[in-house]
Amino acid sequence: MSKIHVTTSVNGDPTEFLCEADETLLDALRDRLGMTGSKEGCGTGDCGACSVTVDGRLVCSCLMLGAEAEGREIGTIEGMAEGDTLHPLQRKFIEHAALQCGICTPGLLVAAKSLLEKHPDPTEEEARYWLAGNLCRCTGYDKIIRAVMDAAQEMREAS
Amino acid sequence: MALDDKQQYQTREFKVVGTRVKRPDGVDKVTGKARFGADMSAPGMLIARVLRSPHAHARINSIDTSAAEALPGVHAVVTRADFNEITDDDFTADILDNCMAGDKALYDGHAVAAVAANSPAVAKAALKLIKVDYDLLPHVTDVDAAMAKDAPVLHEGRTNESVPDGMSPNVLARYEFGHGDIEAGLAKADRVIERTYKTEATHQGYIEPHACLASMGPDGQADLWCCTQGHYMVRNTCATIMGLEQGQLRVTASEIGGGFGGKTTVFLEPVALALSKKTGRPVKMVMSRSEVLRATGPTASSSIDVRIGMTKDGRITAAFAELRYQGGAYPGSPVEFGSMSAFAPYDLENVKTVGWDVVTNRPKQAAYRAPGAPMAAYAVESAIDELAKGFDLDPLAVRLKNAAREGTKASYGPTFPAIGLEATLRAAKDHPHWTAPLGENQGRGVACGFWFNFGGDTCVTLNITPDGTVTVSEGNPDIGGSRASMSMMAAEELGIPYEQVRTIVADTGSLGQNEVTDGSRVTFAVGLATIEAARAAKREMCKRAAMVWGIEEDAVKWEDGAAHPAGENAGKHPPMTLKDIAAVASNTGGPIAGHHEANPEGAGVSFATHMVDTEVDPDTGAVKILRYTVFQDAGKAVHPDYVEGQFQGGAVQGIGWALNEEYIYGDDGVLQNAGFLDYRIPVASDLPMIDTVILEIPNPGHPYGVRGVGETSIVPPLAAVSNSVSEAAGVRLTQLPMSPPKVLSALHSK
Amino acid sequence: MQYLAPTTVEEAVSALASHSGDCRILAGGTDLLVRMRSDMADPDAVVDLKRIDAMKQITPEDGGWRIGAAVSGAEMGEHADLVADWPGVVEATNLIGSTQIQGRCTMAGNLCNASPAADSVPAMVAAGAVARVVGPDGTRVVPVEEIPTAPGRTSLEKGELVDAIILPERGARGGDAYLRFIPRTEMDIAVVGCGVSLTLDDDGTCTAARVALGAVAPTVIVVPEAADALIGTKVDDAALDALSAACSAAAKPIDDKRGTVDFRVHVAGVLAKRAAVIAKKRAGGAA
Repeated sequence: MSKIHVTTSVNGDPTEFLCEADETLLDALRDRLGMTGSKEGCGTGDCGACSVTVDGRLVCSCLMLGAEAEGREIGTIEGMAEGDTLHPLQRKFIEHAALQCGICTPGLLVAAKSLLEKHPDPTEEEARYWLAGNLCRCTGYDKIIRAVMDAAQEMREAS
Repeated sequence: MALDDKQQYQTREFKVVGTRVKRPDGVDKVTGKARFGADMSAPGMLIARVLRSPHAHARINSIDTSAAEALPGVHAVVTRADFNEITDDDFTADILDNCMAGDKALYDGHAVAAVAANSPAVAKAALKLIKVDYDLLPHVTDVDAAMAKDAPVLHEGRTNESVPDGMSPNVLARYEFGHGDIEAGLAKADRVIERTYKTEATHQGYIEPHACLASMGPDGQADLWCCTQGHYMVRNTCATIMGLEQGQLRVTASEIGGGFGGKTTVFLEPVALALSKKTGRPVKMVMSRSEVLRATGPTASSSIDVRIGMTKDGRITAAFAELRYQGGAYPGSPVEFGSMSAFAPYDLENVKTVGWDVVTNRPKQAAYRAPGAPMAAYAVESAIDELAKGFDLDPLAVRLKNAAREGTKASYGPTFPAIGLEATLRAAKDHPHWTAPLGENQGRGVACGFWFNFGGDTCVTLNITPDGTVTVSEGNPDIGGSRASMSMMAAEELGIPYEQVRTIVADTGSLGQNEVTDGSRVTFAVGLATIEAARAAKREMCKRAAMVWGIEEDAVKWEDGAAHPAGENAGKHPPMTLKDIAAVASNTGGPIAGHHEANPEGAGVSFATHMVDTEVDPDTGAVKILRYTVFQDAGKAVHPDYVEGQFQGGAVQGIGWALNEEYIYGDDGVLQNAGFLDYRIPVASDLPMIDTVILEIPNPGHPYGVRGVGETSIVPPLAAVSNSVSEAAGVRLTQLPMSPPKVLSALHSK
Repeated sequence: MQYLAPTTVEEAVSALASHSGDCRILAGGTDLLVRMRSDMADPDAVVDLKRIDAMKQITPEDGGWRIGAAVSGAEMGEHADLVADWPGVVEATNLIGSTQIQGRCTMAGNLCNASPAADSVPAMVAAGAVARVVGPDGTRVVPVEEIPTAPGRTSLEKGELVDAIILPERGARGGDAYLRFIPRTEMDIAVVGCGVSLTLDDDGTCTAARVALGAVAPTVIVVPEAADALIGTKVDDAALDALSAACSAAAKPIDDKRGTVDFRVHVAGVLAKRAAVIAKKRAGGAA
């Protein structure tokens, strides 16, 4: 079976790749496009390390076929900073020591960004539930939640 | 040079240590640039996949790989026949057997063959073409069942001489610790309780599955990239298995996506090397999550009997525990550590522990954060709590009354120097959490925990660059911010800003032997070596200044990042900063560096007290964690954020162990929950903030007073949560996890 | 494997009907891709429904709602009018998986995956929802409870697919609710689930009710005895106790890695009571 040609947009860049029909978007990003910022922790949608946005909607890229990306706009961790300016969430994650090993960090940042786009002023509980699909085994989530809440406040004050 | 270079702790004012600087790996990790195990590729690489036993226990009669080998795109298949047998090293022979089964598959998920192919799809297809002829054997997965005389036997003839005759061959070793006379002590008690506790196996649950990229040539040289807690260990183990010289195998550690002890051994690396050797191509291997859960080390499950006597005023008169741990299919469950640590927090006249190391048809256990201690603490701290509450005594006061302190002869032998248990207990008693009101169906639990902490082989090299910046090379993968901590200690010692130092984790070709990142050893041992390397560099820099000034070396002292003339006789010379000296290094004898190699003793034991409030839903048995506070002695918190992070992370892993994490085996011995859906680690919405109180009782064995902090935090939570839930539910729970069906059943049995 | 992305329902049906091998529907994919990954499915072809415009729509129909088979949980949660009418159905769908899963998962997919523990199904059954089934022989409408026949099996014929779920008119003084029990607060499969929908008259007497249970039998079950316990009452404590007892009696669960028989039987009753209280409140009933 020949590969599928997919034309899509990744972080605003027009992008094409070839993939197998049963290949996930995560595999296409990592293995076809060399974008290894999205991580595979489970491959079954249980850990959130592969979180990306598709047409602005937060999804697990391991639960989507690469072929489904045709014509969509994909957003990944690699597109979060603007040039050499970190996104406020990225900065707050560093300031609050909200990462230890860092494997869950890309997915958490993509998910947290999506949270703040939809709920600029989340309660702690809303943040915890929104991020419940992003497993972190190092931190116990405390510093992650603090970083998200602090970034939310800064982004509200800046807007 | 007038330097105080004692390795013992001395009081000092810190400038960098104790601040909350930004980590050097931060930007890479928040932008997706950091390269973890699976993020590396090599030109021409092949992809390998592993075929695993679907049976819990089976004899492997034959493996037919011919159809797989004939599949286009397949470059090689390996089985155990492709490895040389190891006859003189049981420890490594077991590791090899775990990486690739020999004549028996010993657990569901045990590797039996591996394929390297030009794509993942071909490798996967090839696995289906391998025919393994199995004879199924009876299996056993429960520790108590495995000790029964008629239990299915995993190995014959591996029993240690410590085991009395007549026991099942699955019992491989017996350990005993303690002092005094248990029966005499119990006779003095006002009440003696005897309880049995059980805990299920849990997995370290790191989010990054194991991954590696191996390249081995016919010249006997090899390179390996992998996620590991110890690339020197990987080198040495793989060299033994592959018959390589250690110096010919260079291992580079990737960023590591969590380990918690689970990445202190090898699973894929020898297989990848064997496939690379056979194909002449680089070979990449990445585990799936189900492979991680089925075939990498969970911790032991346990069954523990405790007998403790207490007077009505709360003094423990005697304490006994018998601990049975199964560590999977090979010897080496952490029951020895469990037996040593069980009663370590207490000053006891009469104490004894007996531990049994048992094998079952489960994956080979690997270290998990304070290996063996959490289950032992769970049993002991549950029993003490029950006794205290039975006498209507304050559980913190009872623990204070019996607390180990400086001079206490520990249950496992040594006499403690200055330790911090009492400080954590007093801090807990004084904390507002202790007196906060509780509502209906709510309970509060406390428990103490202990961990030894280790030193181990360590090398650090510190280089001064020509422009006067400092690079530190260490050999321990950074799992909790240790690159930042090393830079901080180097900056502190040199008297320069943190930003002037960058620490890297060097490959195995760059430094001498380094023990694995384990035992909470890195901030202590690598920190000590970093400080000593900085001191060596300072000595050299003082020598260079002396040369420039034309005075004696010992007339120069190092202060605030610069060489100064020491005393009036040294003459009046303007100080030379580190940058000044670096600039003239080439003309004063060449580049400047300091290095230190050691196996430091004096790691300094660590204690913690945890306090937790829970609420139990009386209709469903669901448990909610309402509030959690960790009190722990850090010796000296080098980077307080990372110390808090260790406290919080350990506490939450312990909460998972206490409430919902468990290995669930079916009657067929197959793991039923090999995924994050049903292996239920805590999610963000399960938890409150985890409050932390850092105590600093300096470790006499470290120049800055540092103690390891990483592991102790997982020791108390099992018992603390259980004590809290037992109070909230009004009934004592004695089995983990306290999943809702168990709690509801206990509520109904009231 | 072949990936097919038809743009009309007819093309989808034709692809499904004419394919000789194992051809699966890909709606949200949050179950199918997990099965493929776990080697529990190895389809020869998948038919992606998300390029069919009609399947992405939430449309008012006959006073109720038609929800296309490719509408995600998140899209349902963002539809204020749908939420106002059928909060229980929407909250049930929104309980499926994480925020990320919500971006993809669909109610029709949840139904056709035929898991007895599917969260949206007890709520749909309680609501009296029907599935619109299209196939080579035309369109038929089937009560949702008749779609799953056993774990992983449905009553759909070869070439058939569910192209929409239709929720009836809510009407005045109606309310629905869904509750499930999971060990954690998120990310788990229901150990027990219960959907309740009821209608009150002007003085607060229950005139109609439907109660459905998940994860206590091979398929989601309707519990008429539980509905009978509510109808004609003011949904007071006595009625709630009777409802609870009826649900526990109807539950015929198994022991598995997620729960025990005793636990599920007991908790089925507990959840039914709690869900009924919420549904009553939503119907405008007195506390």
